[in-house]
Amino acid sequence: MTSPVQTEDTSVPGGNGPDALTKDGAQETKTQEGLSPGQLMWRRFRRDRTGIISACVVIFFFAIALLAPLISKVYGKDPYTLYGQNSLDLLNEFNMPAGSFGGASGSYWFGIEPNLGRDVFTQLLYGMRTSIFTALGATVLIVVVGVLIGLVGGYFGGTIDYWLGRFTDLMLGFPSQLFMIASMPVITAAFVAPDENTPTWLRAGAIIAVVGGLGWMGIARLMRAATLTMREREFVEAAKISGASPWRIIRKELLPNLWSPILVQATLQLPNTVLNVAFLSFVGVGFVEPTPDWGRMFANGADYIQLDPWYMLYPGVAMVIFVVAFNLLGDSVRDAFDPKSGR
Amino acid sequence: MSENKTTKAVGDSATAVKDRPLLEVEGLTKHFPIYGGFPFKRQVGAVQAVEGVTLDVFPGESLGLVGESGCGKSTTGRMLTRLLEPTGGTIKYEGRDITHANRRELAPIRSEIQMIFQDPYASLNPRQTVGKIISGPMEINDINPPGGREARVRELLETVGLNPEHYNRFPHEFSGGQRQRIGVARALALEPKLIIADEPVSALDVSIQAQVVNLLQELQRERGIAFVFIAHDLSIVRHFSQRVAVMYLGKLVEIADRDTLYSGPRHPYTHALLSAVPETDIDVQKRERIRLVGDVPSPIMPPSGCRFRTRCWKAQDKCATEEPPLVQLSGNKAGHLTACHFPEDPTIDVGARKEDVVMDPALRSLEKDAKKS
Repeated sequence: MTSPVQTEDTSVPGGNGPDALTKDGAQETKTQEGLSPGQLMWRRFRRDRTGIISACVVIFFFAIALLAPLISKVYGKDPYTLYGQNSLDLLNEFNMPAGSFGGASGSYWFGIEPNLGRDVFTQLLYGMRTSIFTALGATVLIVVVGVLIGLVGGYFGGTIDYWLGRFTDLMLGFPSQLFMIASMPVITAAFVAPDENTPTWLRAGAIIAVVGGLGWMGIARLMRAATLTMREREFVEAAKISGASPWRIIRKELLPNLWSPILVQATLQLPNTVLNVAFLSFVGVGFVEPTPDWGRMFANGADYIQLDPWYMLYPGVAMVIFVVAFNLLGDSVRDAFDPKSGR
Repeated sequence: MSENKTTKAVGDSATAVKDRPLLEVEGLTKHFPIYGGFPFKRQVGAVQAVEGVTLDVFPGESLGLVGESGCGKSTTGRMLTRLLEPTGGTIKYEGRDITHANRRELAPIRSEIQMIFQDPYASLNPRQTVGKIISGPMEINDINPPGGREARVRELLETVGLNPEHYNRFPHEFSGGQRQRIGVARALALEPKLIIADEPVSALDVSIQAQVVNLLQELQRERGIAFVFIAHDLSIVRHFSQRVAVMYLGKLVEIADRDTLYSGPRHPYTHALLSAVPETDIDVQKRERIRLVGDVPSPIMPPSGCRFRTRCWKAQDKCATEEPPLVQLSGNKAGHLTACHFPEDPTIDVGARKEDVVMDPALRSLEKDAKKS
């Protein structure tokens, strides 16, 4: 390299920066469009085979949940009709599926439900639809509340942070599963007269509120910590000196840098929430008949486990695959965002 | 010695530019509270980071602020840009008191005082393109330059010696020096009248330092921007600043124009500081050597009187009881202010003093032994 003074002179009119020559000289002709950290993350993610496979599995689950009405139309059955009661050869004298493998056949792919004789395949489809979308709603609530509380506490600090932090601790102190079971009937009772039926949307709303309201604390704490490290960075101070409002700083400077932990946490949170929603239905405070639901299929399956284990098998395997794939996806997303962590 | 002092403000000094000062700082003080105690937390003390700093910055001049680590240079800089709320004193910008102005009141001034940061790796948002980073301040202040913001950003990139085509790149694709140039471009985006440069080159490697300093100097000359240049590298300050202020433990100990300060410092601390600068020219007459002992005292409990007295070889009883005011000493040029009861001779030649000042007793006995043998 030549002396600094010389390079300084050559650098001024339009050319590359003097130190650009060493680093970017070769690339200059190829591309001027820089890759954003997001694009780099996507590139890393595409090379991760586990990540891609689990992403495909997860997308598959979402697709069949979304397309459940279409699939059931092509398939020709619905989750509400009592097929076993209508045609007598499907259930035996003990009201168990007549055929082997839980009554699975070309027309009833996953067999027949014991007792009522409904189609297991469509029940599972619609059950997943209910559970996944309820869980998705709850996860969105968890992430929004968690990010908001964490960001505000972390950015403003002081008294605001203190009280938000104590509130978070208080919420963490609740035994969440007991509290979920206890509060579900209370919430529905608050909106519906005792002699009326609870509409399904209200139940879904109540589940989202309870699961979401008791699940945001982890993300809030994480976001607070991430914001604290970010707040003292000089680019935030540069924005302050330019006169940016706190809201603008949170939105334009902090949030873009927090997307990766948010995304990672959200992908790891969703399978948990699916399990939580299923748990609520399993213990009988979630969705009720006749709404098909993933968690309640386990509850029903548990009653017949000795006579007809197949009824439990399909929802069980589906849930295991879903949760494992989603967790692997979460890990891959984290690796892609932060290549230095792990390994 | 102390009788023949004349109290004079920096403002009406002859060496400075004749205009009225752009920024007037008086008695600026920052204390960071320390909380402790059980069971009820209360303030148990304060870190007296900056104590009564008084200085003026004139339009178009460059004022260097030097001192060792932790002496309050950066805190002062941050108060000038109002990133920190001063505990005491006043800051006036063009005659307007902005000491405790809130965000809305500061809005019209924000575009005129900008800052260049020390760490080029932390001062740029990694998720924004260079174009967005530089146009951000314009967006916030709703400035629409003729030809659009993008054209202006490209122009600025060219000014700081980067390729305008870098507009859509991200900070992680640049080297430290280039990033610092982006930081300079961002500071220039609002066409400021005053830039606080907080150690703008100390995070860069030496070959790049000169380029960035030259860039800043060029901008200062061409655009008439006033600089407050905070640094601990004395030679860079000498290269860049017309006036230099020396800080020690939160206080201003000496302020003078460049040549006076470097050739005829009066305060013992300035002497010690200058004697620590390595000499590259071996033919030049050997300068005095002053080696201080110990560390800077804690700013939580600073020494009474003169804060330098614990490490000063001239310290006497008076230094502990009476705080020396920052005044013009007899025999000094106008605008050369020193805060010392027993100032040194205005020279840095070794001839003026019979022998080196060695404050460290261990070092002193070592050297005596070496001389004997």
